[in-house]
Amino acid sequence: MAEESILTDEFLRQLINVGEADILVGVPTYNNAATVGQVVQTIRAGLLKYFPRERAVIINPDGGSRDQTPDLVRGASINDLEATSDLQALRTLHSISAEYPGGASTGAALRTILAAADLLRVSACAVVSPESTTLEPEWIERLLRPVYQGNFDFVTPLYRRHKFDGLLMRNLVYPMTRAFYGKRVREPYASEFAFSGPLGSHFLAQEIWVHEVGRSGTEIALTISAITGGFRLAQTFLGVKPHLDARSADLVAAMRQTVGALFWSLEPNFSLWSSSHDSQPVPTLGTAPEVTLEPLRVNRKRLYEMFRSGVAELEPVLKSILPPPTLSELQRIAALGEADFCYGDELWARTVYEFAASYHKAVISRDHIVQALAPLYRGRAFTFLVENREASGEEVEQNIENFCLTCERLKPSLVELWNGKK
Amino acid sequence: MREMIVSELTQATQELIREFARFLPRLMVMLIVVLVGWVIAYLVKWVLRSFLRLIRFDKLSEGAGATQLLNKAALPSSTELVSRFAFWTAWLGFILVGVSALGILGLQEYVTRFFVFLPRLLVALIFLFIGLLAASFFSRAALLWAVNTDMPSPRLLSSAARVLITVFTASAVFEELGLADSTMLLAFAIVLGAVMLGLAIAFGLGGQDLARRFLEARFAHERKEGKEKEDELSPL
Repeated sequence: MAEESILTDEFLRQLINVGEADILVGVPTYNNAATVGQVVQTIRAGLLKYFPRERAVIINPDGGSRDQTPDLVRGASINDLEATSDLQALRTLHSISAEYPGGASTGAALRTILAAADLLRVSACAVVSPESTTLEPEWIERLLRPVYQGNFDFVTPLYRRHKFDGLLMRNLVYPMTRAFYGKRVREPYASEFAFSGPLGSHFLAQEIWVHEVGRSGTEIALTISAITGGFRLAQTFLGVKPHLDARSADLVAAMRQTVGALFWSLEPNFSLWSSSHDSQPVPTLGTAPEVTLEPLRVNRKRLYEMFRSGVAELEPVLKSILPPPTLSELQRIAALGEADFCYGDELWARTVYEFAASYHKAVISRDHIVQALAPLYRGRAFTFLVENREASGEEVEQNIENFCLTCERLKPSLVELWNGKK
Repeated sequence: MREMIVSELTQATQELIREFARFLPRLMVMLIVVLVGWVIAYLVKWVLRSFLRLIRFDKLSEGAGATQLLNKAALPSSTELVSRFAFWTAWLGFILVGVSALGILGLQEYVTRFFVFLPRLLVALIFLFIGLLAASFFSRAALLWAVNTDMPSPRLLSSAARVLITVFTASAVFEELGLADSTMLLAFAIVLGAVMLGLAIAFGLGGQDLARRFLEARFAHERKEGKEKEDELSPL
């Protein structure tokens, strides 16, 4: 069996001891000692409270942590949670922790979880980030219940965010995924999500595992795979978006994981995205998330200056990626003062489409194309921050919606670029 | 006397005709070898071009930045260049084989030397191609890294990476060709020494302001972080 070759002997031995399960929660870890104990405790509490009659298992594939993360997971699993509360499992609740081979990578960890889910023939499986410090037992129920009841195959989260949090998600990843694949999934790159057994098997059979997206950016590749596979999608409101560690603030790494994976997905799915023209909403469960508005101290000037220096310094690189009219327009706005600067919806959407086409044609190294987009994104982020400085939550949402519609309207231009007609 | 002259002339003419008769088959062999060689070389070019198109060599070359280099040098595409190179190498080989068939002693030695030199030329050209690709790739990588980390003078860093890799490539190419080994080694050492000294002087003297600004930005940034911490915006 394929999953047996993915799983190590140690994992396989522990899984065989489990037998079969109804529900699986995967917690991929790598040096998460600071938070993982609390996360596993909360997952256990959620399973005991909301799924006491189901056979459940918590799987912890570890990337070779050196800070005793697996020990903390095991410790959290055998502590006195049941003794100190009235939560009791009527069926089995196993916890498995083992190292997966090949070094730390999100993709390898997710593949291990998928293989374990397939082997245990679970009905519903959730993945939870070990850094989700805002995790509550209810999140487990909100993620797993829609799948376990058989209503949906893939459940993505909706978070309560600050209006300026997740700028890359709001200004590129969500609008572009929506424009390309026609589904309004707000968090296509989610650290928490759930899927059904059949969808897990579908994920395992995909070709992504032999490519770079099978190691990094796997989350968005799985979302796209669920959309293009025609599975039933839903979004569920969880709570406050957890602030992940400092690595998540590394813009280039974030762009590689999201934009790189998104651009990569366009090639194998060309016939699908090139023939769809609008987008459909995805069923949303729970209360609509609110946008928080408390004032933040953000260095906008640095974003503006890095955009300007990026456009000037990267001119030879941008020349090989962008057509002359777009590059001229970028150089024109880069010459504007901070007060007059505006990287508008239409120009930004056109820029991203032209980058996607250049990525497809591999005009230079594809990784360099993704890296070259980072300084331009900073300019767009600056405009977003300025335009929404005084905006209410509804106004911010409306502005994002307007940008999404612009992306959908301009999508035919990407098809033309893709086919070499421009 | 007259008869003697006529006899000598006749003999010389007959000798010339005999020599020409002896040479003519060799010339014909040479022409046939050259002609057959052209056909074979053309076939090699056609097969190689088809193979390179099949494996999308141009796309690989574009991805590595080689196409831009070729465009800048007004050269054809990578596929065309490689297949033309194979054609000329093969045909030149046949021409030299044909020439050696003429039996001219001096030429045969040159032909032998050429065939001994040919593999080294090929390796040197491969070194050159890979070296220029590496220089283009790493200079762009350095530029992008410097821009995205807000380093001062990204283009200077990028150019330094390009120059360094190009110098290394040139030294490897000349060494492979065996051209004035000691001179090239000396020249390489001088160039490398000059680059290092230049960088040291540039950073030590010419780049005082730059270094000051850089260090100030670093320390000022740290001080600023200590005083008024900015909120970190997560892109995701």
